[in-house]
Amino acid sequence: MNEERAYHIPRQESPGGNPVVPSMTKRYLLGNEAIAHAAIEASADFASGYPGTPSSEVIDILRVQEERPLYVEWSVNEKVAFENALATAWCGLRSLVTMKHVGMNVAADPLMTSAYTGVNGGFVIFCADDPFAHSSQNEQDTRCYARFAHLPCLDPATVQEAHDMVIDAFVLSEELGLPVIFRPTTRVCHSRSDVDIGEPGTGSRKGEFPRDPRRFVLIPGHARPLHKALNEKQPRVTRVLADRNYNRFTRRGERAIISGGIPVTYVEEVLPEGVSLGRIGAYPVDREALRAFVGGHRDVLVIEEGEPVIEELVRQEAAGVPVSGKLDGAVPREGELSTAAVASILAAKGFIPKPAGPPPVPVQNVPMRPPIMCAGCMHRPTFYAMKKVWREAVYPSDIGCYTLGLQLGVVDTTICMGSAPSLGSGINHAGDQRDVVATIGDSTFLHSGIPGLLNAVYNGAEMTLVILDNRTTGMTGHQPNPCSGMTARGEVKAPVSLDAICRACGVSFVETVSPYDLPSTIEVMKAAKAQKGVKVVIAKQPCVITARRAGVRRGAYAVDRDACTICGTCIRFGCPAIEMVDERASISELCSGCGVCAQICPSGAIGPKMKEKPEKGGKP
Amino acid sequence: MTGSRVPQGATAPKEPELSRGGGAPLDRAGSLQGGWGPSGAGSFDLLIAGVGGQGVILASNVIGEACLIEGRPVKAAETHGMAQRGGSVECHVRIDGRYGPLIPPGQAGLLMAFELIEALRYRHYLKPGGKLVANRLVMVPTSVYTQKLEVPTEEKVLGQLADLGPCVLDADKKAVEAGSPLTQNMVMVGAASLFLPLQVESLEEAIRRSVPKKTIDMNLRAFQLGREAAGGCRD
Repeated sequence: MNEERAYHIPRQESPGGNPVVPSMTKRYLLGNEAIAHAAIEASADFASGYPGTPSSEVIDILRVQEERPLYVEWSVNEKVAFENALATAWCGLRSLVTMKHVGMNVAADPLMTSAYTGVNGGFVIFCADDPFAHSSQNEQDTRCYARFAHLPCLDPATVQEAHDMVIDAFVLSEELGLPVIFRPTTRVCHSRSDVDIGEPGTGSRKGEFPRDPRRFVLIPGHARPLHKALNEKQPRVTRVLADRNYNRFTRRGERAIISGGIPVTYVEEVLPEGVSLGRIGAYPVDREALRAFVGGHRDVLVIEEGEPVIEELVRQEAAGVPVSGKLDGAVPREGELSTAAVASILAAKGFIPKPAGPPPVPVQNVPMRPPIMCAGCMHRPTFYAMKKVWREAVYPSDIGCYTLGLQLGVVDTTICMGSAPSLGSGINHAGDQRDVVATIGDSTFLHSGIPGLLNAVYNGAEMTLVILDNRTTGMTGHQPNPCSGMTARGEVKAPVSLDAICRACGVSFVETVSPYDLPSTIEVMKAAKAQKGVKVVIAKQPCVITARRAGVRRGAYAVDRDACTICGTCIRFGCPAIEMVDERASISELCSGCGVCAQICPSGAIGPKMKEKPEKGGKP
Repeated sequence: MTGSRVPQGATAPKEPELSRGGGAPLDRAGSLQGGWGPSGAGSFDLLIAGVGGQGVILASNVIGEACLIEGRPVKAAETHGMAQRGGSVECHVRIDGRYGPLIPPGQAGLLMAFELIEALRYRHYLKPGGKLVANRLVMVPTSVYTQKLEVPTEEKVLGQLADLGPCVLDADKKAVEAGSPLTQNMVMVGAASLFLPLQVESLEEAIRRSVPKKTIDMNLRAFQLGREAAGGCRD
């Protein structure tokens, strides 16, 4: 019995009433490029977001593309991005907001109530999950937010499906009058594939706020009936999704596997003949269809990443059919899956034979190559100076390239965006006798660090906050923020003054230094250490990558081999341009000319590279 | 515009799921050595390994674009974000790939390594008899110096790869010869082209489409030099 059906979606007209053009082009695209293009095809009018791997490329593409004019902004945080996009969808526009999974925690406040108010224009919440936490602090599963908020959620298995789902998500959102959560994972966002894409949408809308206090003013008397209406809408949501056929059940034998999202493709690659397959791409799942599929099978194995969302549903509808998955340990609870991982699960459960030999194992003791702060990165000398001045302090830190300061022993905490100032004041209020020296990047400070600083000052904490101001959002690919002096669309704006913000928060000791000037940085930090209350040191120097792109060139430095005493000071500094060549320190062509190593060398052996000295470090 | 093309669009007709009458036949999947072999995935799997900043992703894009030119499906996965800051970078490319983008260990037909320590790190992805094309370059990770580990030498690392009968070339040198050290990734693509199931013309056209206009000639030259340098490797 093959229960597959084709999609049945009513023919839609573009918002501007333009005729539908079914023209397609095949392109080789990154998942996020395909998603961005889908928003263009869907005639999106508005897009906002806050950068975060693996979601950042969508806005980065929309802000430079010329296929369709639309309003694009990098907002200061996910909540702000969400509220901007939600309001435009209330006003009837097609709106997209982008974030990574943990960004949803920041945007959760408006998210929950946006389900009550609903939307007029299509509102798609692109929230990228990161199983295995490739680039994240946790592995949370956005499907749980969808269930929590009673919102539909689409979960693509392939780049092509991601593209098609985003277009449909706008339609679906308008059909249901609800925001739609679109939840790809890292391996969809950052994989590439041949993709069929369509023409850019040409329609556009002018927004107008539809004043309606009973809908948009959520006082208790309005919230209660809206909550009831949202609950009453749910059966229709399920029905509409079931008609979309994102969830497909194919009966082929007496044993069944059910999977969702990208793991579906891993299952398909190793799925033997005669095993039934249930494929989940949209939530909420139609329980009746699920029950009908599970029934009559000898057993069911559920394979999914993240939380056991599908598995719990299957268990509820299994009616005695044995179910296996994360909850009984057949599938790992954490991390991400792969074809190889799914194959060993299937082998362990007897779906396929066990492999003949042992699995291939990596060669042991290959030196690790972790990511590292760039040669000339401003964070390294700042951390170096902190260590010199404070030594055994407590160092709360935050999220950005500077989290790599962990390798230098000056990052004691990293939990979420903007947490360093408040964790710092908390540790101080706990009675820890050591100095507290917190670090936070410029973008992270503007994202959600300001309230923590204000709170620390007002409530009388003793601590120093070092703002690592590199004028950009570095880790995620140099997205502009209000310190950069440029908007997402490239309009020049006056950069915000971090000094003025800190002073407005009530800090009286606010000093700005260049971390390339090590003696001055140390001097200022010593002064901060001597002061009472909350002190702020702004270590300011453009990110070395953006500086290079902007044409900044500094002469490289070199080591005088005769003067080098092999003391190891520069090696311990950890700059990737400094290495050992023939038992002496040497500076490779990676040097960007920050000159900090010359300031720390105790024997004065490092100086600007002379033309006549052909000494080259670098590659053997 | 929007919804109307979704129905015909993609998922259902493109799914290999059932049109193929099921995935790997049991006997074949079971006979694989360790990994999950040419299990019916039907793809030629290529792993590209290197260090952040070496142009690994562009090399991968050229190969993907060449698949598009030949009208073949392709799936690829790449490293983004934090790992790019000088870290180890891996790109999976599955030519004729219809399933997920990740290559199972023990299944790659070709490993393209832009650096020798990275070749060592990823060699277990190669299937028995798979080919290694490697750049003669050792970039010592900074952690080796800061943690005072034994510094890996070119000779030692090559020794650990010798059993693969690797095709080793000096991509940096060839790139300089082509006009810029930045073209070392196209030198590597040229060398790998001898072992890829793709036409040379498709790869050249893919380079034209993928690199900045002003650098097309230089990159094509790099491709050609790489191809020549690896010429002796083909048995």
